[in-house]
Amino acid sequence: MLVPGVEIPHLCTQCTDYPCVESCRYNALSIDERTSAVLVDREKCTACGACIRACPGKIPHIHPRDDYVLICDLCGGDPQCVRACTEAGYNALRVVEEERYISHNLFARTPEELTRDVAENLYGEKAKELI
Amino acid sequence: MAGGYAGKFLDIDLNSDKISETSFEEDVLRRYLGGRGLGARILWDRLGSRWEKVDPLGPENLFLALTGPLTGYFHGARICITGKSPQSNGIIGSTVSGEFPIELKCSGWDGVIVSGKAEEPVYILIDNDNVEIKSAKHLWGKDAKTALKILTKEVKEELDKKYARLGIQKEPAVIYIGPAGENRVRAAAVEQKWSHAAGYGGYGAVMGSKNLKAIAAKGTGPLPPVANLEEVKELIREYEKLSFSRDRIRRWGTGYAGYEVGAKRSAEPVRNWQEEWHEEKSMGGDRFDLRYWVKRYWGDYGCAVTCMKLAVIKVGPNKGAITDNPDYELEAYLGPNLGVFNAGDVIYLSSLMEDLGYSGINGGNILAFAAELYQRGILTKDDLEGLELRWGDTGALAELAKRIATREGRYFDILAEGTYRAALKISDLKGVDVLPYAVHVKGVEVGAHGTRSDEDYTHDICYACSVQGGDHTSTVSDAYGDMSTVFQDSAVYCNVIAWGGGLDGLDWRFLRAVTSWDITQEEWKRELGHRIVHIQRAAELLGGPDISWQPPEDDDNPPRFYEPLPTGPFKGSVTDKEEVQRRRKEYYEAIGWDENGIPMSSVLEKLNLLDVDRALDRIRQIQ
Repeated sequence: MLVPGVEIPHLCTQCTDYPCVESCRYNALSIDERTSAVLVDREKCTACGACIRACPGKIPHIHPRDDYVLICDLCGGDPQCVRACTEAGYNALRVVEEERYISHNLFARTPEELTRDVAENLYGEKAKELI
Repeated sequence: MAGGYAGKFLDIDLNSDKISETSFEEDVLRRYLGGRGLGARILWDRLGSRWEKVDPLGPENLFLALTGPLTGYFHGARICITGKSPQSNGIIGSTVSGEFPIELKCSGWDGVIVSGKAEEPVYILIDNDNVEIKSAKHLWGKDAKTALKILTKEVKEELDKKYARLGIQKEPAVIYIGPAGENRVRAAAVEQKWSHAAGYGGYGAVMGSKNLKAIAAKGTGPLPPVANLEEVKELIREYEKLSFSRDRIRRWGTGYAGYEVGAKRSAEPVRNWQEEWHEEKSMGGDRFDLRYWVKRYWGDYGCAVTCMKLAVIKVGPNKGAITDNPDYELEAYLGPNLGVFNAGDVIYLSSLMEDLGYSGINGGNILAFAAELYQRGILTKDDLEGLELRWGDTGALAELAKRIATREGRYFDILAEGTYRAALKISDLKGVDVLPYAVHVKGVEVGAHGTRSDEDYTHDICYACSVQGGDHTSTVSDAYGDMSTVFQDSAVYCNVIAWGGGLDGLDWRFLRAVTSWDITQEEWKRELGHRIVHIQRAAELLGGPDISWQPPEDDDNPPRFYEPLPTGPFKGSVTDKEEVQRRRKEYYEAIGWDENGIPMSSVLEKLNLLDVDRALDRIRQIQ
């Protein structure tokens, strides 16, 4: 949380051009044909961080103990976060199908960038002081 | 009287301040419905015999604001603005969202017909049966939003006093113009609420030419009764279910497309259509959303589609600029087409165009046309009185918009005549043919969907053969399917709900439940719709007094659409000229126009449009 009251989810958006997969020299990343999620092969991954640098939103992160990268795999098509959110009654998350007219790569942005946008909308000129 | 109609229309002559009421036989209403269709009929009946002589910006022209039978019941209430167009010199039906048509119908009126010209600026106040022509001297010269604020406040105060007994009333609804309309700029829109506009056609200039700043309406009655109330209620439920299923349009409006149409379809205007491809993520819907949108689900009266989003700039020199969305058209025309790739600047320019009273599409097209002439050294800094019109220079482009709106300065006055007319004059003055840079079809600047990549919904003859020229909401294909838009503009409702899955005949069932008429889709697409298009066609071909169109040559795309795309995945693509010619011929045959594009006598006789046929003899004899 960079600004009080502004919570920014920061998750893989399944870019249509998959710059992370393109960037991996060890073939550790692949695309799930059914869900379009990025799958990580922990054996092949060296935790070099190339995918983080390639991601326009800097979304992947390295596991704090073991040497491999973490990228949302959509739980095989039944995301547990959505299930938990729905069962609890928050209904803030839901599964959206890939839309021909909405490019997913537009949504891969850094939390700093997203926070600045939201903060400006909420706090106007005061946003600068808060960030 | 059929259900859905109040049964009477206001007929106001500003020459004599005479206010009267008029009505139409049920048979006429059944045939033309309202809006674009009935408007064409009224215009033809009153002006057809001397159409070529009627100056669209003279007192003789009519200004029409018409509802239709579905207005107010079918969600997405709109009013259709029409008259003799100062852009095409034909008839264009231009619709705009908002509550004005509801207030009008609840006042007991189906529409307003204004003729003549007031001596001094006026506005019309419609309060149920009480209709007054009032001075608008204090509003004249004011920017659009300021004028709307003042007028809404003063009318509300007046009506609050009058109807104190009724409790708190919603404010009146207003259609109005900005400075561009007052100064008869041919790209001027008729606006409603803070940022809605009937853009195509140039009817803001028609209001301005009549010294008519605004029409305010407040009705305290109910909507007119419908024929089958229970069925209408059920259909409204069905409609709502459909509306809530339109996920993409509800969440993003059309604002998602500022990136998509360029990046994926190569059909978005970039730098006056010199290119149609860009990959600027800065034009993506989410760049507008988090930072600028303060209301994400916004619909006018009863609409569950909520395609509108309210954008506000909160920081910096343009702080306070406010607009809706902007929708894709304004994103494209005030963004990439001006070389601007920044969400905040697009919001600022949209807001400015609304303040000045422009159509964002038509006005944006003129700005880009001027910027290309500057790029090519045809218009100079001297011509533009010091303006350096570089692509992407938001400040300079904004200044240009302001100067065109007031017409002060030789070239600004010329550009106020619209892209096509300005191109004719500038070619003349400069001795260079600048028509290749004018992206219009029959005087109407083209909507932000190109034909070269063939990836968008717009193809070969979509604009070329439309009686509404460059209007992207009324494109044509086969003289059958395209009659749907004629229906939408005549029954007068918003077509956005049809996107992303169609309506499955809901609108036709609605029409029957509201009116009790047995009009089928088939009858409309084979006969009723054609009748309206033939009248519009006759008006367009007769044209005058300053311009007229000569098909088949003028039933064509702008020259730019035949230049190969210079960049992007569709580099080299071009609109296929032979395909255009072939499809144009097919279209003429399908709709019943001869090889010169003139409606054939046999076809007009069958439709009982003998007056139209006789009028067309005036151009048939010349050929």
